[in-house]
Parts: sequence; C-alpha cells; structure tokens
Amino acid sequence: MMSQGLVTMSYIGASILFILSLGGLSNQETARRGNYYGMAGMVIAILATVLSAAVTENYAVLVVALLVGGSIGGYAAKRVEMTQMPELVALMHSLVGMAAVLVGYANFLGESDLTGVEKTIHEVEIYLGILIGAVTFSGSVIAFGKLCEKISGKPMLLPARHYLNLMLLLGSIGLSFMFLNGETQDESLIALGAMTVLALLFGIHMVMAIGGADMPVVVSMLNSYSGWAAAATGFMLNNDLLIVTGALVGSSGAILSYIMCRAMNRHFLSVIAGGFGSAGGQAAEVTGEVQPIDVAETVQLLREAKNIMIIPGYGMAVAQAQHTVNEITKQLKAKGKTVRFGIHPVAGRMPGHMNVLLAEAKVPYDIVFEMDEINEDFANVDVTIVIGANDIVNPSALNDPNSPIAGMPVLECWKGETTIVMKRSMASGYAGVGNPLFVLDNTRMLFGDANVKLQEVLKALQE
Amino acid sequence: MKIGIPKEIHEGEKRVATTPEAAEKIIKLGFDVYVETGAGQGADISDEAYQAVGVKIAPNAKALWSESDIVMKVRAPEVHPELAMDETELLHEGATLISFIWPAQNAELLEKLASKNVNVLAMDSVPRMSRAQKLDALSSMANIAGYRAVIEAAQHFGRFFTGQITAAGKIPPAKVLVIGAGVAGLAAIGAAKSMGAIVRASDTRPEVKEQIESMDAEFLVVDYQEEGTGTGGYAKVMSKGYQDAQMAMFARQAMEVDIIITTALIPGKPAPVLITEAMVETMRDGSVIVDLAAEQGGNCPLSEKDKVVVKHGVTIIGYTNLPSRLANQSSQLYGTNLRHLLTELCPEKNGVININMEDEVLRGATVIKEGKITWPPPPPTLSVGHKPLTEAPAVVAKEVKPPSLLQQFLPMIIGAVILLSLGAVAPVAFMEHFTVFVLACFVGYQVIWNVSPSLHTPLMSVTNAISGIIVVGALVQISAVNPLVMGLAAVSILIASINIGGGFLVTRRMLEMFRK
Repeated sequence: MMSQGLVTMSYIGASILFILSLGGLSNQETARRGNYYGMAGMVIAILATVLSAAVTENYAVLVVALLVGGSIGGYAAKRVEMTQMPELVALMHSLVGMAAVLVGYANFLGESDLTGVEKTIHEVEIYLGILIGAVTFSGSVIAFGKLCEKISGKPMLLPARHYLNLMLLLGSIGLSFMFLNGETQDESLIALGAMTVLALLFGIHMVMAIGGADMPVVVSMLNSYSGWAAAATGFMLNNDLLIVTGALVGSSGAILSYIMCRAMNRHFLSVIAGGFGSAGGQAAEVTGEVQPIDVAETVQLLREAKNIMIIPGYGMAVAQAQHTVNEITKQLKAKGKTVRFGIHPVAGRMPGHMNVLLAEAKVPYDIVFEMDEINEDFANVDVTIVIGANDIVNPSALNDPNSPIAGMPVLECWKGETTIVMKRSMASGYAGVGNPLFVLDNTRMLFGDANVKLQEVLKALQE
Repeated sequence: MKIGIPKEIHEGEKRVATTPEAAEKIIKLGFDVYVETGAGQGADISDEAYQAVGVKIAPNAKALWSESDIVMKVRAPEVHPELAMDETELLHEGATLISFIWPAQNAELLEKLASKNVNVLAMDSVPRMSRAQKLDALSSMANIAGYRAVIEAAQHFGRFFTGQITAAGKIPPAKVLVIGAGVAGLAAIGAAKSMGAIVRASDTRPEVKEQIESMDAEFLVVDYQEEGTGTGGYAKVMSKGYQDAQMAMFARQAMEVDIIITTALIPGKPAPVLITEAMVETMRDGSVIVDLAAEQGGNCPLSEKDKVVVKHGVTIIGYTNLPSRLANQSSQLYGTNLRHLLTELCPEKNGVININMEDEVLRGATVIKEGKITWPPPPPTLSVGHKPLTEAPAVVAKEVKPPSLLQQFLPMIIGAVILLSLGAVAPVAFMEHFTVFVLACFVGYQVIWNVSPSLHTPLMSVTNAISGIIVVGALVQISAVNPLVMGLAAVSILIASINIGGGFLVTRRMLEMFRK
C-alpha cells in the first residue's frame, strides 16, 4: 500500500509524462518517443491508483476488467484498417464519454459525507461530468455512424434547430435545480436520468446537423469533449491527475479543431452550430462536357510529364489505393520524374487522414506537402492526378460566392497543364456541390474504381 | 518564334540582353533563342555557356538579325560600325524589337522604326506600377548604377570610408551625401553605408524619408513646405522658394561632406542643377562627386559626360555607363526583366507573342505597334489596380462592422463575473483544483499549437488514449461496498481500458509507418 504522498508524486510524474507525450507528438522525429511517454504515464497512473488507499478490495474484478478491456483495445488496434482510423477514433471517444457517465453515476450512488456549499459544488461537478460525458458518447456514436456511412453524411437540418438546442440547454439547467434540491436520492436520480437523456439527444442532434465535409472538425471536437469529461470527473473525485490530463486533452482537442476550421476558412461556431452555406442564393450550376480518357491515355500523359502532382482524397481511402499509388510513384521517380503529393488540410474524414494512409504505404514523407507549401507551384506542374477528391479541388470555392464551400482554400490544380481526375462516377462530393473543375478544358476524367484503374496504370507503366 | 540576341555595338557597352539562366527559361516558353557569337564576352559569358542550355549561336550580326522574329537588345539601335549600316535596317519587316529606346529623346529613331512596319517595345517605357516591377529594367539598372557609383567614388577618393582608430592615428569616417533617393540613390546609400561611411540623403519627396532612415542614413530636411511627389514615382519640378532653400542646404553640406552622389532626374527634362560651381569650390580638395545624371546634362554643371575630370581639386565622375561597368550583374538582371516581359507576352507558353494592348503593362511598353507609333501611352492609372484575376477569391468581403466596445468586452466581463462569484463561495479545495485545471489548459494549448498537420491523426489517437485516464476515476470506486457502484466502476474500467490499449497501440502502429 502506498502512502498518499507517494501516490501524489506518482500522479505528478504521470502528468509530466502526458505533457511530454503530447509535446513529442507535435514533431515527426519525436513522435514515437512521445507515444512511449504516454504509455509510461498511463502505467504509472494506474499502478499508483491501484496501490493507493482508495482501492482495498475487489482486486480480482479490477484486474480482469483491465486485462479484458486492454486486450479488446489491443486487438482492435491491430486489426483496424488504416482507412478506418476515423471510425475507430470516433468509437473510442464514445467509450470515454460512456465511462465518464458511468463513473458519475457510481460516484453519485456512493456515500458522501459532504455538506453545505461543498456538497452543492460536488453535485454540480457530478452533473456536469455526466452531461459532458453523455454528449460525447452520443455525439461520437453518431459520428461513427456517419463515418462508416451507416448514417447519411448529409447534414440533417431540423427547422428550428437552434431553438431546439436552446431548449435542450434550458431543460438541462432546469433539471439541475431539481437535481440539487431533490429531497431524496431517488428524486435527484430521476432528474439526473432525465438530464442524461436530454444530453444524449443534444449530442445526437449536434452531430447530425454537421455536414460530412466538416467531419474532421467534429472528430477533433469530440476528442476535446472527451477530455473535458475526464476533467469534470477529476473535479468530482478531487483527483488532480484527472483534472490535468482531462484539461490537456480538452484544450489540445479544441485547438486542433480551431486549426482545422481555420484551414477551411470556416467559423468555429458555425461548424458546431451545423449546416452548410450561410451565403444564401443558388450556387452556379455546372454545365459543360467532361472529357473522359482511358488508362492508355493516362499513361501516355504521365510518360510525357516531368513534374507530377498527386492529390489524394477520401476516394483513395475508400478504394484502398494508397499502396498502388506508392508503386506508381516509385515507377515514375525511377523514370526521373518529380512526383509530389499535395495534401489538403481537410482531405479525408479526419485530420491528417491522408498523411497516415500515405505513410502506411511507405510514401516518403518529404515528398508529401501541405496545401500552402505547393499551391503556388501548380503553374509548373505538368500533370496533376486527383484521386477520389472533389471538394478540396473545387474552383467554385474561390470564384462562386454562392457556393456552399465559398471561401475555403482549395488546391488550385487547374493552374497546372493537365489535370486527371479519378472518380467512380459523376456524383458530387460529400458536400453535395457540383465541381466546375471536371468540365475545364485541361481536365480529363478517368472513371472507375481508383484502385483498379491505378493498378492498370501501374501495369502499363511497368511495361 | 525565333528570338535573336545580337552583340551590343555601342562603344564600351559590355552588357548582353540574356544570360544562360534566363535563356533556359525563355526556351521553356516555347521560343528558339539565338545569340550572336561573342555577345556575352563583355559580361564574361562564353558561347559555350549559352550552348549548354540549348541556345544556338549565330555566326554574325547580319545572319542573326535577318533570321530573328524578335530581337532583344540593351541599347537602342544605332549604326553598326562593322556593317556600316543602321541596325534598324537589319530588322526585317513584321519583326519585334525589345530594348531601351528612350522615345522622348529619340523621335527620329522612332520614325525610322515605324517606317519598317515592326513592333517595338521599349524597356524604359514599362509603366512603374507594382505588377510591372519584375520587368522594370530601369529600376534594376538604377540599382546597379547606385552601387557602382559608390565603388567609383571609392576608387577616386583618397581615404577610407570607415573611421578607424589605429596606432598610427585616428581616421575620421568619410561623409557621403546622396541627392535623390530613388532606386539608384537608395542603392548608393546602402553601398556607402556598408562600407562604413556617414551617409546623408536628400529628396524632394517626403515619403522617402522613411526609406532613407530605414537604411540607417540621415534624411536632410529642406526648410520649406512643399510636396514633391510627381506621377510614376518620379519627383516633379519644385517651386522657386523651395529650390532656394534646397540650394542653401546643399551649399552648407558641400562644405562638410567628402563625397556627393547625385541622382536627381526629372523625366523628359534636362537634369536640375543642384551642385553649382561655387559649391564645388567650397568642397575640400580630394573630394569626389559622382553625377549619375550626366547623360541628361548633369546635376553639376562641371561634370562631363563619360569622363572623369578634376576641377577645383574635386574629382567629378560623369560616367553614364555604370551598369555596363558591372556587366555580368546587369546582364543577369536585365535578362530576367526581359524574360518576365516575354512571360507576359506569351501567356500560353506556346512560343508565340501576343502584344495585348488591353494590358496596361504591355500597352505602356509598346511604342510602335505594326508600324504605328503608339507612344506616348495614355497616362498610367497608378494604384487604381489591375483587373481582378480570374482566380481571385470571389468572396466579396462582407462589410464587417467593427464590434462595439460593449460587444468586445461583454464576454470577458461575463466571464470575470462568473469566475469571481465562483471564487467568492467556492471552498479552498475546489480553488486548488481549479488552479491546476486552468494551468493545464494553457499547457495543452502551448504544447499543441505547433503540431505538424501530418501528425494530426496520431496526435488525436494518443490524446484519445490519454483521455482513458478516466480509468483512475473508476479504479478509486471499485472498492465501494455498494454492489451497484462496484458494478458501474467495473464496467467503466473495462471500457476505459479498451480505450487505453487501443489508443496507444494504434498510435504506435501509425507512427511506425511514418518513415522518411
């Protein structure tokens, strides 16, 4: 059994390790070390807690739960496809939310010898912890559903959605009075249960109203929420380690969402409040003929080009084409061509999604560039291959003020000599917006499954 | 189209209109480039260097001129000393000539060229506006002239520029006065300053004060109220009262300084006399004057064009070919200016030029279009701006009302009130936790702000794993007596540890993949 002092010291050590972990993750070179810091911190935190005075019995249950949970997580981590990362992350956020709710309830049901203001504050903390946890849980579940396309990606816009949110908020506040002034524990419990239902509804409604293209922001926002839920739990349990760690995760998630919003030139609040396009007016219709080409012509274009840019989008993830893309890159580089990748900050369905996929395929990260680094360069590019991307290469974001994505910076591939767009069909992108790029004179369309087509291209290149 | 670059024939002209670096890029625009043999000699560029980037070498001037659709030169055409015929006659019909022309001073030349039914673009007539800066050869040549003026002055000046205290005695720093702080003047200020001299500068346009001071030189204020900004970045002629005050100041300065560099020019007019003979007499023996306006009559009446003279003990340098005295450098800059002009002329990159008279820059530079004299152009609409590019953001900036003071501070005030009222009632223990909470938020902010975007996904999954710390909350409740609480805690431990295990391992898997 550890003394309280030792436990506190271990907690401080764990907090420092977590901070180092997040710091390490901000740079390629130190990222791996950062992850190990995080693991070490977690082991110390768990060991210290288990050995502290708070845990006196039920060790068997504890160990079994830890081991079973850990192995389920490890198994999932091993099996998950890199293209499904967003889903996995969303699902795990929901677990944190659920845990926060359960811990809150457990704490409420357990004995407490607090009185007066301290009791009130403690109960407010329980209330908040459960509220945030429930929102995180239901929001993440919906996000998960949207990401694996079990739920439509289109924003669900209820007529009076802002009022609905307001009512849910007021309802939660009203219930908090009922909860705090409850005569018996049962009365309070009913209020707490009702609030939990409201919070779950709120989480569902919030994420339902957010459009598919904004998913990266949502994922990182939920990440932030899961941190706040942990922090609220920390207040509830008077546990500084939980507070510190929760606040770290919460604020880092919030900043990540802010960075994403800025990259999309969107206002943070308007993303959260949901719904696309505040500009009103009808977006310009896209008219014109597309110019389809076949694999042979694509190969011809690639052979003649010197400077090639590849813009991957969600379509590459869906088609699992990243390995083929890497093989093609190798072939082209062997032929003395410059091949670079242009990554839009919100390509894919979560922040940095494309980078992870390309890394999985072992594309060296020094030829992978951010949008801002290469957007100026398109004038020198001979051939741009757009693989399953749509909104991030849509010129109407720049020149059509009525477009729902107006003002979002995009990769200006149309300034290059030729753009080859690989698409399954002429359907519009996640944002449901038409794309004038497809009908430009210097754009060629290569229809079909990205991976199948790219493999044909690779084969032809190898000949 | 074929672009020909002849050897310059003006006496002492060492520049050449293109360099291998520029030519390589011109060829990329789809043109064929020919250079007369030996054209780059004066600028230390061999024929082989041109050939290495795909330029073809023409054996003599005649062959070059007759074959070229576009001729690019430095100096305006003149009589060829070897062929005994004017260069304008070598130019074939329908061709395009790009060089310095000085149409205001060379009306006769203009007529002669017009009779040949050619196009002529004058590098000296490129409008001085921001979009045209990259093809503004006047500025790039003036920059070189200013630098070289200081070098020439140093050559003829008998002392150090910088002050030194040595065992053999104290050496005072040289004092340099630069008159006219245009491109050349500023370049001279920079060069003189970096050699250690004390530099003063004067200009009639008050807005250049900042530029002069930014180069660490002293701006001499004329004690008279009048603005001297004319159109196109030049100064205008000043009133009599101003001129008197200015001359009085120069007279005082002449007695003090060691070197005077004058760069004052007014377009289309003889250069203003700023340093009179009387002033030269008051200057110390061994002083130097560099008159960059010598070509237009000089800012000092004693200066002689293209010569170095010593009068009243003062060396007066009147070279007009200062850029040519730094031939390699000026060829590089001029060649780049020409390349930028060709890029404007050939937006399609197909090797065919299109003199688009709708384009303000090209309109300004074109002095003859298909045999018709189009000089002078309509006055440039300075800073009214260029036509919006097609790619320019169409998002019209909505009128953003500056938020009122109340709106700005209301959230802060509300926040402060909430925090304070919380502080008033909250127990000490809570406040301690709250302190920790706020500090941790800021640490998170600091740590995350610079994260590289490619690591967003691993970062998110690691924070996700870390937020599994909620397991601690469940652990401390596992030993509760109440079986319901114990059950809830057990389930929480289970799901939180899924999170921990999954989060860290998947992060590790991802990071293993990031390899250079």
